[in-house]
Amino acid sequence: MSVLIDKKTKIIIQGFTGKMGSFHAEEMIKYGSNVVGGVTPGKGGLKHLNLPVFNTVKEAVKSTGATASILFVPPAFAADSAMEAADAGIKTCVAIVDGIPSHDMIKIKRYMRRYSRTEKMTLVGPNCAGIISPGKAMLGIMPGHIYKEGKVGIIGRSGTLGYEAAQQLKNLNIGVSTSVGIGGDPINGSSFKDILEKFEEDNETEAVLMIGEIGGPQEVAAGKFAKENMKKPVIAYIAGLTAPKGRVMGHAGAIVSAYGESAVEKVELLKECGVTISQNPSVMGETVKSALNSKN
Amino acid sequence: MDIHEYQAKKILSGFGVTIPRGGIVYSPENAENKARELGGSKWVVKAQIHSGARGKAGGIIVCNSALEVAQAADKLLGKKLVTNQTGPEGKITNRVYIEEATEIKKELYLGLVFDRSSESIMVVASTEGGMSVEEISKNKPETIIRSKIEVAVGMQKFQAREIAFGLKIEPKLIARAAETIIGCYRAFSELDATMVEVNPLVISNQDQILALDCKMSFDNNALFRRNQVSELRDKTQENSNEVYASDRGLSYVSLDGNIGNIINGAGLAMASMDMIKLAGGEPANFLDVGGGATPEKIVKAFKLISMDKKVKVILVNIFAGINRCDWVAEGIVQALQKIEIKVPLVIRLAGTNVDKGNKILKESKINYIEANTLEDAANKAVKALGK
Repeated sequence: MSVLIDKKTKIIIQGFTGKMGSFHAEEMIKYGSNVVGGVTPGKGGLKHLNLPVFNTVKEAVKSTGATASILFVPPAFAADSAMEAADAGIKTCVAIVDGIPSHDMIKIKRYMRRYSRTEKMTLVGPNCAGIISPGKAMLGIMPGHIYKEGKVGIIGRSGTLGYEAAQQLKNLNIGVSTSVGIGGDPINGSSFKDILEKFEEDNETEAVLMIGEIGGPQEVAAGKFAKENMKKPVIAYIAGLTAPKGRVMGHAGAIVSAYGESAVEKVELLKECGVTISQNPSVMGETVKSALNSKN
Repeated sequence: MDIHEYQAKKILSGFGVTIPRGGIVYSPENAENKARELGGSKWVVKAQIHSGARGKAGGIIVCNSALEVAQAADKLLGKKLVTNQTGPEGKITNRVYIEEATEIKKELYLGLVFDRSSESIMVVASTEGGMSVEEISKNKPETIIRSKIEVAVGMQKFQAREIAFGLKIEPKLIARAAETIIGCYRAFSELDATMVEVNPLVISNQDQILALDCKMSFDNNALFRRNQVSELRDKTQENSNEVYASDRGLSYVSLDGNIGNIINGAGLAMASMDMIKLAGGEPANFLDVGGGATPEKIVKAFKLISMDKKVKVILVNIFAGINRCDWVAEGIVQALQKIEIKVPLVIRLAGTNVDKGNKILKESKINYIEANTLEDAANKAVKALGK
């Protein structure tokens, strides 16, 4: 198993015929993802990359049975596309796009409250690299070859820092069950805790590496969840030791504005929750390795 | 994006919040005329810079004659004001706001922010206006009122009334206070703000409820649909290198150290800075060229870093994915043909086609120190400082 996506997951691309959509659709197909078509309003009925194009997500779902989608639409239209996916019955939706207004993110999340827990779509992102279940499927923009198939779950905000972690693990011959990029925005579709919950239930994941950063309450909330509800070891690295208070560090959400949001404070609070801390970003792989060893 | 006090006041007044009468001026002569035009016998001259705590720094001057107003404007205009929020370099005062003085009966605090835990808009209010919200939560935490607003339906009248009663406002003024609070909420929600702070919100001797000082910040991601707001940007209030960077699609924050960074991705950038710190150095900046690290962005990044006199060593750390290392390496070589770098340069490439990338760098004529891992790169950068 893996979380959110596997070999069989039927995927559609929203914003299919655009430059970004086409390029990454091809990359995903090359990796082995089961891409079954795409949506571009007004281009329904055409073929693109030998796959059908639909006008609406509902039509695409009805005709292909797709359960996952990935958005390659400009930030101004992203909220609309995400809500369309939720309403069409998509179960997992990844928003890669950077630049969605926070008010729009709140709107999407309120909109999704109309669905029951079992019917609700999992939105991942925005401003993220997406999801990969190595050897099975990729629903994102990452370089697939740096991920080895295996048993460690990864949850991270940053794309390239996540790649760094995957490569460190691969160099130590440790594989990944699924890697989920939740993105660097202040309000995101899925939190660290939301994804931890899924990894705890997944019988192929043995440990989880959480790659957090300064700003917001999510890493600590996830730590508390792990302490109370998880049997699997959780390892964390928090980036941003040198970040000054009150400044946005690239990611819109990476800003220290309250107690508990700096890297030092988050590390302390996570330690109290029993989370194993990777002291610096170059030992993320080794820290996971020793946590796996002491578990076995 | 931040805006000036007078701009925030104008916005709030459009949402039904009462503000003292006043006007913006650019010269002492203007200031004197404005004071006469406003009338009365007491005025406040306020330096317009993007910072709070201006009063303590001498940026707010109470005057008793139009002549004094002119003198106060003369003292402030064109000068840098250093507050506890601006950093030691301060911020330049290019405009001053002349306002009629208000006789204050009571000072209150009213703030609206995004609450990331509940993913809603949160109102924070206190009877202890005039202090910063940090001081209030430290010294008088019991006075703080918090109210979460459901954004789907907006602020309800009862919520505004509850806040107003919580602020111990007398019954005859409750309706007006509630209108003021709802006005601030509407400005926040309808203009894609990320922060509205009225501090102090005052009750005057004439029983008016007035926004005496206010600050607003806006979501940069939403400026595309807020033309009136984006026009209010004042670049003279921002760090010039940061403006240069943001205008060119780079994400840059100037810091105090001497190791310059060029990195792709915000998380990797923060992580690389952590490694520099752990290796005994201090980063001169945060600079994210974007996950893709295109050659154009790399050229711009080198240009930007070469403008920073503090920088004694440059560390480049690129993890290439879809953008292969060979492509990135070509970008670096091209950039260094255009821009002369006089300080030691440490380059670490990782990811797709890393061997090809390193080969291109080696075969080019650029003078650099090769690093293999994150740790190696940070150690070599710190070591290069000593040379």
